[in-house]
Amino acid sequence: MKAIKFSRSPLLSERLPPWRQRVVLVLLLGSFGVLVGRSLFLQGINNEFLGDKGRARYERVIDISATRGRITDRQGDVLAVSTPVRSIWAIPEDAKLTPAQSRDLAHMMDIDLRELNRKLASEQDFVYVKRQLPPELADKISGMKLPGIHQKNEYRRYYPAGEVMAHMLGFTGVDDTGQEGIELTFNDRLSGKAGSRRVIKDRRGNVVEDVESVNPPQEGQDIVLSLDAKVQYLAYTHLKQALEQHRAKAGGVVVLDARTGEILALVNLPTYNPNNRTKLIGAQLRNRALTDTFEPGSTMKPFTVALALEKGKVRFNTPIQTSPGKMTIGTATISDTTMHGILTVAQVIQKSSNIGAAKMALSMTSDDMWTMFDSLSFGTPLKLGFPGEASGRLRPAKTWRPIEQATMSYGHGISVTLIQLARAYQVFARDGDLLPLSLSRLDTPPLNAKQIFSAQTAREVRAMLEMAVQPGGTAPQAQIPGYRVAGKTGTAHKLEGGAYANKYVASFVGFAPVSDPRLIIAVMIDEPSNGKHYGGEVAAPVFAQVMAGSLRTLGIASDAPLQPLMMATGEVVKEEM
Amino acid sequence: MLRFNLILLLIVVGCALSVVSATHRARKIFTQLEAEQKRMRDLDIEWGQLQLEQSTWAAHVRVEKIARDRLGMKPPAAGQVISVVPAGQ
Repeated sequence: MKAIKFSRSPLLSERLPPWRQRVVLVLLLGSFGVLVGRSLFLQGINNEFLGDKGRARYERVIDISATRGRITDRQGDVLAVSTPVRSIWAIPEDAKLTPAQSRDLAHMMDIDLRELNRKLASEQDFVYVKRQLPPELADKISGMKLPGIHQKNEYRRYYPAGEVMAHMLGFTGVDDTGQEGIELTFNDRLSGKAGSRRVIKDRRGNVVEDVESVNPPQEGQDIVLSLDAKVQYLAYTHLKQALEQHRAKAGGVVVLDARTGEILALVNLPTYNPNNRTKLIGAQLRNRALTDTFEPGSTMKPFTVALALEKGKVRFNTPIQTSPGKMTIGTATISDTTMHGILTVAQVIQKSSNIGAAKMALSMTSDDMWTMFDSLSFGTPLKLGFPGEASGRLRPAKTWRPIEQATMSYGHGISVTLIQLARAYQVFARDGDLLPLSLSRLDTPPLNAKQIFSAQTAREVRAMLEMAVQPGGTAPQAQIPGYRVAGKTGTAHKLEGGAYANKYVASFVGFAPVSDPRLIIAVMIDEPSNGKHYGGEVAAPVFAQVMAGSLRTLGIASDAPLQPLMMATGEVVKEEM
Repeated sequence: MLRFNLILLLIVVGCALSVVSATHRARKIFTQLEAEQKRMRDLDIEWGQLQLEQSTWAAHVRVEKIARDRLGMKPPAAGQVISVVPAGQ
């Protein structure tokens, strides 16, 4: 083939139609215009989008988790603390482990190899292999660099005091929010808020600059409770012993600081271990001292007597005829099991005579009695903020029949919670006034005390209550060497299906030292069934043990000479029911 | 005029370089801050764990058991307690 020079190409001599040139020119210029327009649009008008894309290359929003606050007792001993743990999770599709790897992994996590294989063979996209492992162990597992096995940070709550504090503290769920007790009551303050911040990260993933704090985190606050771990432990051990000794169904102890209204201890049995809640039943969970009501029995008599003294119906030594030990009001008859003959008002408390209390009650109006019970917070919840607080039962005064007014004077036909009862005894331990109770430690006593009885009345009833624990009273077993003690026993039949059954609730409420009361302790034992059921035999010894230990622990000076206790040598006075 | 411009140019270059080095220093210090904050969180966590450990060792149940069983201790009887009253009371 013969080469043709380009300049001589015959094609060049061909004239092209001029419109073709113009079409090309317009197309090119048009495309250029579109490009310029687009870039103007991206750079100038709609620059947000690309800006975001650019920032997404180097900026990250990272979450900052907030740890749940600690709960401590009044001395600062830790009662509940959150510590980080890791959960191991897997994407089963990616988790292709060799048999040796699976065996090691199962061994390290202490789970069954077959269970591990079953989990990794599941169809789901996400399975938890093992939750809440200690971080050191989790680090070892991540060191194995297994495909498809991942880790997640979580928190776990530990309760070092275990079952001793279980009802007060409650517990948190797997997601670290409060479910019961203090954990629920103070959940907002304890939990804090997780925050987030925007940062610039470099190629290696290190944070190099803080851009802004999107959402500042709020760490959970620590809560200091009014509880004293030592007093709580004393109450727990002694109540537990008593429950075993008397084969009782349940029990509760409340210890209050008489000067400030702080709750120093609150124990319920049966209890549970908050660190291991696999086998829980409802009976273990109930915070009985706050949520269960019972008919208090004779522990109510001091209030009736105080009101009678206050209204001027009787005086400390006014004699009251309790013979013949029976009294018919309307169609019903109330009785004392022992004939006491003529008793002074003080002896009515000391011997716990039903007739005496009923006679005093009937000399007063039902309105006066209702007002007194109501001002002592019977029939209304104490509003401590605790879940499920019961109010107890106090019927309106208009509906009372005379027989009911009489039985209420010795604690039947009215129901209270143990904590209400303990709180009401403040009027005798203090000079006739009531303080609100507190779950958290107070540095100064509250100033809003409510005067219920005069100081004179309170002192007189205090003297009667001191007689009740001395020889000739119903509870000599409540005495403590070295301290003057005062208190009142209660033994009540339990109501079952509207009738009084042959089951009992034994209780004791008292305070010490009498010269300057510091502690109020209320003890309730439900269905003691080992022969003894009187408050003075069952509940009073628990009171004495807890009180003696607490006074010593808190370093409260003794107010009585140390001498052998004067126990009644003969028959202990049986209390009336 | 030219000399003045040259001087301005030098100043601008100098400023630019110092901005670069200041940013670098800021980032280095910030990294340190990050590390220290992480250490703070780690120490806080460790403190929590130590508190937990301490309260486990000092649990009243355990203390009482050791005191009674291993050391043979018991609460003092009524006559064995002597209380000391500070002078002036």
